[in-house]
Amino acid sequence: MKPAILASVLLATVLTGAAFAQSGAPIKLANVAELSGGGATVGTNWKNGIDLAIEEINAKGGVLGRKLEVTHADSQSNPGVARAQVQKALDSEPYVLLGPGYSGSVKVTAPLAAEAGIAQIMGGEAAELTRGDNKFLFRTSFGQQSSMPKVAKYINDDIKAKSVAIVWVNNDFGKGGRDVITGEFARYGIKVAADLSTEAGQADFAADVSKIKAAAPDAVFIYLNEEESARILKELKRQSVTAPLIGETTLVGQKVVELAGDAANGARGHVGLTTDAPVELVKAFREKFVKKYNYVPDHNGIKGYLAIYMIKATTEKMGKVDAKAFADNLHGLTIKAANEPGILMDVTFDQKGDIDRQGFLVEIVEGKQVIKQVLPKLN
Amino acid sequence: MSNLLDLLLAGLATGAIYAIVAVGFTLLWQTSQTINFAQGEFVMLPAFLVLAAMHAGAPFWFAILIGMLLSLLLLGLGFKMLLVDPMLRHGVLPLAIATMALAIGIKEAVKQFFSAEASPFPSVVPAGDIQVFGHAVSLQSLGVLALAILAVVGLTAFLNRTSIGHQMQAAAQNPTVARIIGVPVERMILLTFLINAFLVVLASLLITPIYLAKFSSGEVLGQAAFIAAIVGGFNQVRGAIVGGLLIGIVDNLAAAYVSTQYRAAVPLILLIVIVLFRPQGILGRAEERTI
Repeated sequence: MKPAILASVLLATVLTGAAFAQSGAPIKLANVAELSGGGATVGTNWKNGIDLAIEEINAKGGVLGRKLEVTHADSQSNPGVARAQVQKALDSEPYVLLGPGYSGSVKVTAPLAAEAGIAQIMGGEAAELTRGDNKFLFRTSFGQQSSMPKVAKYINDDIKAKSVAIVWVNNDFGKGGRDVITGEFARYGIKVAADLSTEAGQADFAADVSKIKAAAPDAVFIYLNEEESARILKELKRQSVTAPLIGETTLVGQKVVELAGDAANGARGHVGLTTDAPVELVKAFREKFVKKYNYVPDHNGIKGYLAIYMIKATTEKMGKVDAKAFADNLHGLTIKAANEPGILMDVTFDQKGDIDRQGFLVEIVEGKQVIKQVLPKLN
Repeated sequence: MSNLLDLLLAGLATGAIYAIVAVGFTLLWQTSQTINFAQGEFVMLPAFLVLAAMHAGAPFWFAILIGMLLSLLLLGLGFKMLLVDPMLRHGVLPLAIATMALAIGIKEAVKQFFSAEASPFPSVVPAGDIQVFGHAVSLQSLGVLALAILAVVGLTAFLNRTSIGHQMQAAAQNPTVARIIGVPVERMILLTFLINAFLVVLASLLITPIYLAKFSSGEVLGQAAFIAAIVGGFNQVRGAIVGGLLIGIVDNLAAAYVSTQYRAAVPLILLIVIVLFRPQGILGRAEERTI
């Protein structure tokens, strides 16, 4: 064989091999979530949602013909550990970073992902997360700046409360929510009868509930993480507090209902995502999740599932797997459930990474979420 | 005033549970010089044993029985024979460190075999209120308080009014003399470990419906009970009872009138004050051991 022909054959072989490797290699994702510690409910649901979506997508041939592959790391619900785990995850150059779920952990990890130019799809809801100029951070649920005005409006218009006791968890998530809702209450002229800060992981709420009783508010607004929400609901029942109990997402989540039992009945709140939503695709998701994991997921399970379908829809829109271009393409994108059923409900992402989607007002009745009102997508 | 009553009652109910756990601390110290830093995890574990039995299909009351038997076996007999006996001959400090390792082991095992998530736990006391002088009082708080007091009074009566109780006291005060006069010291020490196992099961059944079953829930309880035992007097059962009740009340009042953020510091400040001004504890006696 002449040298020129031999070189051509070798070059063709190398190029074909490289192209094959490029098209066939799995798309690597990295998830850092609260798999233990106080946020274990959040992280476990989020992880399970991710795994379910990846399993579905891979069973149908993957994204642009490539399978998805995810590594899971435990932040232990600790921002310091989360930062170390995210740094480790970014070192492996993932296509997209998933998580964490706690706002405090998102806050300390977002600069790392932005510096690496990797999009971060997370579960945090603190308002401040998307107020900066980070172009790589995306929500999977409403931020507090979107949800709290709806809650305040409900307390004013429907509950007609003139005074409200606020119980919040003293972390980035709780403080952010407390600050936004306090401003909204001031706008409506609603008096804050008691402003109670509690600690993450707090087990005993007897003193806090005694203070609520002493303040005798028209309603109680509770903004805690899941386990603490369940504990305070039990204590409120134990001390016979009869004022309406209102919350945002966590208070009326599935895990809280499971943990609090009867004490959760009557709790009301705004939720962006619920498996009890009157939406056929959400019902189908719930069935698939229950079949795989044998329990009903809370909103964090839906968030994890949606994160993967956000990646699928954006990548297919780009027509290529390009980590650097991913964030630009997700900004301003509207994903319609008719085109991508895995996204469950139509959703639009703005230039800040915030979302616009329909929401729900729910009440817990006999241990189940009952949708009282559907709040439509704004645009 | 009604707010203060609520706080006192809630504090007494929680404090009574701390007292039960603290009594276990003092019993083990008195009879075998064991400082059990896994005592909080000992309270956490029985709830999961009960839940495991319930998942296997046992009704709640039967699951409690299974949980109790397994706890007596693991946390009483097993703890003494497999950890305390081999380690004690090397001194108190190595044993204390070994119990710290045990605490981590129990916690991680529960996380591994059950879940890192919290689980609901049925209450042995019915929900609802009763009216006391026109004031609604939680039946659960009263029930927890009553059961805890019953356990402590029963234990005190057992120790002070029965022959076995007297033998246990003799074994604790002076094992050498007790042996000479025919007290089966080893058997008395084993009995103490079994009593401690019974107490932690009781505490577990009372506290878990409120705190939820979680692998990490023993951390707070263990610390509170340890402080209670020192504040009350590490060498007196009645000291542990007073210490437990006091810590429960102080913790609740601190959360209400000081701040939630600093509530955890207040019992520790109390501990420092006691150590500085009355090192033997409120009811403890200097250089004496009795149960």
